[in-house]
Amino acid sequence: MAKILAVDDSASMRQMVAFTLKAAGHTVTDAADGQQALNIAKTQSFDLVLTDVNMPIMDGLTLTKELRALPAYRFTPILVLTTEAGMDKKQAGRAAGATGWLVKPFNPDQLLATIKKVLG
Amino acid sequence: MSIDISQFHDVFFEESFEGLDAMESGLLNLDVGAADVDEINTIFRAAHSIKGGAGTFGFMAVSEFTHVMETMLDEMRNGERDVTSESTNLLLESVDVLREMLTAVQQKTDTDDERIADIRRKLEAMMSGEEVSTEVDNNVEPAEVVEVSKAAGWEISFNPHQHLFQTGNDPVRMLRELASLGELTSEASDSKLPPFSDLEPEDSYLSWQLTLLGDIPEQDVVEIFEWVDDDCDLKIEAITAQEEGQTRVEVLVSALDKNDAVSVEPEPVAPPEVQVVEPIAVAEVQVTEPVVTAEVKETKVNVTPPSTAKVAAKPKAAAATPAASSIRVGTDKVDSLINLVGELVITQSMLSQIGDNFTPEMLPQLIDGLAQLERNSREMQEGIMRIRMLPISFAFNRFPRLVHDMTDKMGKKVELKLTGEQTELDKTVMEKIGDPLVHLVRNSLDHGLETPEVRLAAGKSEQGLLQLKAFHQGGNIVIEIHDDGAGLNEDKILGKAVEKGLVDAADVLSPEKIHDLIFLPGFSTADVVTDVSGRGVGMDVVRKNINSLGGTVEVVSKRGEGSVFTIRLPLTLAIMDGQTIRVDDENYIIPLISIIETLEVKTSEIKSVSGKGELYPLRDEYVPVIRMYDVFNLEPHTTDLEEGLLVIVEGEGHKIGLFIDDLLGQQQVVIKSLETNYRKVVGVSGATILGDGTVALILDVPGLMALYREPSLALVVNNNQAA
Repeated sequence: MAKILAVDDSASMRQMVAFTLKAAGHTVTDAADGQQALNIAKTQSFDLVLTDVNMPIMDGLTLTKELRALPAYRFTPILVLTTEAGMDKKQAGRAAGATGWLVKPFNPDQLLATIKKVLG
Repeated sequence: MSIDISQFHDVFFEESFEGLDAMESGLLNLDVGAADVDEINTIFRAAHSIKGGAGTFGFMAVSEFTHVMETMLDEMRNGERDVTSESTNLLLESVDVLREMLTAVQQKTDTDDERIADIRRKLEAMMSGEEVSTEVDNNVEPAEVVEVSKAAGWEISFNPHQHLFQTGNDPVRMLRELASLGELTSEASDSKLPPFSDLEPEDSYLSWQLTLLGDIPEQDVVEIFEWVDDDCDLKIEAITAQEEGQTRVEVLVSALDKNDAVSVEPEPVAPPEVQVVEPIAVAEVQVTEPVVTAEVKETKVNVTPPSTAKVAAKPKAAAATPAASSIRVGTDKVDSLINLVGELVITQSMLSQIGDNFTPEMLPQLIDGLAQLERNSREMQEGIMRIRMLPISFAFNRFPRLVHDMTDKMGKKVELKLTGEQTELDKTVMEKIGDPLVHLVRNSLDHGLETPEVRLAAGKSEQGLLQLKAFHQGGNIVIEIHDDGAGLNEDKILGKAVEKGLVDAADVLSPEKIHDLIFLPGFSTADVVTDVSGRGVGMDVVRKNINSLGGTVEVVSKRGEGSVFTIRLPLTLAIMDGQTIRVDDENYIIPLISIIETLEVKTSEIKSVSGKGELYPLRDEYVPVIRMYDVFNLEPHTTDLEEGLLVIVEGEGHKIGLFIDDLLGQQQVVIKSLETNYRKVVGVSGATILGDGTVALILDVPGLMALYREPSLALVVNNNQAA
């Protein structure tokens, strides 16, 4: 199955996402902020990146921009996990180069359905 | 697949409470008028995380409440709202409410809905004052979805822009999804394909004309293109059921965004029902009466120590608070433990090798090995103890808020300085020292530090200084509470003590003695009982609580310059230094910290006083003598005071002399609770297992004093002897 990088500063969200994805057979690496994720992403390759937006040190949109600037991540699906804040956030995600978004709160089934959509 | 997300609740609560603490300290640090954006960001992020988590884990009330706070914080961080002391205080109150809500959810108890609604109203009212509509403009007319709901299918023209791949999107995904909805026929057009030499492999050149047949809601089709509607030209037209292919109602792509926004709006949840519950007071911490001496009457004391481990296995499940159920340990501590285990295993294999073919010449080796084993186990013990150690910042954390709120209320100006916050302390001690600390801090703020006017008049700076210091000293942790306030007023204290009959007017007392009077039961010097520290519990309770932890509290004060309260605590409650003593054939342990001295006495020195028993004159005071064999109903080797020893012990500021047969050795003892395994026994704080496997009871000095003070106890003992 897919190798997924999950980024969220909240431990409970990180655990929930990782648990759900692992249960579905994916390999999950997690990171607590954008900088950490970027460092990991530079040394490993992933099929999909899931990132929260609001995080300390480096936010999810900056992470998305930084990843897109890396040759290895030019076409990698990057999904941002955003709250219902509205279209402006989504537009910002799109501008940063995100593939799509998943609106928080979501449940494990919604998460898997979205992942399936991206990974086929 | 169904995944039970309740397993992540604990982590969510833990991080949410941490988030609330972060919000609280962040809010306290906000400077009115010139707030630091980073600080607001941190607060915002904490609120944001709590909201997201609460929504995910199904705590909608929490999520909604946090949403209101988040909106306000968002305005602050965007500079749309000024940071005022009103808004900060309201947010602090909101943090309290949120903490209560989370606690209620966690412990499945009721919330004070009225208070929640009230704070929420206040937040909303503050915001509506200058409400700026930052929401998305809804100027796009709703699409004519209704008219086309009976579609027999959809005709889709999908023309991705060249850069589509660079967002990580792939047209194949969309085609695949469409095919999963109904019968899909597609026609690809390569008309945009450039000559091969100009072809950019990373760009998208194809476009599609798609026909999707079936009764498919428009929403489903739109959703598939949700992520790419800006990166393509998209036309979705309905094929109506009656005249297939003729009546096509065009749905403007621009309407998609609107639909999308609607679809993700969370269901507004009805406001929580209002139940009238007693309002919970704002984070008031009261020092409760300790139970140390409270049960004297119903206690029999003729318990002979259980010489073997015949104590019934009746473990009472300790009602642990949820917060106490988990502990965070730094990985360095765990790593060092694993190292130690490694060493232990090496020592063990070395010893068993010696044991396998032991010859007398190997004795030095064996002794070496045993010494190594001793070192290993001591290091292990220390390492494991360190796991239970937490930095004292856990107890100090609440003070910035406390000081902020109290000084606000009292019109005082106080700077709080915390030092040694990383000093580590056993978790159990930490939990129990919180209340006494709060009491001492309140006391300093209320009675010690003066109002700005008084301070200026006394030639001091307007702002008072309150310092909390923690540091290690020997096997103890020392916590000092400094204030540069008025200091203790000896005349007032003495006057009060005389008035209450605590001391004789004719007594001449040193200033230190007078200062110590404030720890006597029922002592309060406040002219007016304020709602800040005058709560009927005094410093005597503080001392009692600290004593019950095996610690001490003292005060040093200088008129006009301030006071220093010093608390000394053992680093851990699980292990202590004990003195083994013998009465009859039984061994007992006296905590070393409480022993002052041990004496041989002459019978002629002992005074018998009616109602008070025997008293021994120790320098300038008379110390009651307690014959331990009486207390434990034993056959002593001697009842002659000259043949035994008198151990002078101190607790709660008083001394007593324990008459025993003999002193044995000093050693570290591991404390086992008697209460969990047997029941509470006054005069005994626990039990331990000695090196030879026998059980020894650990004497509780304050408990023994309670026994001495309660004459009716003697009757209980006598009755039992008679029976």
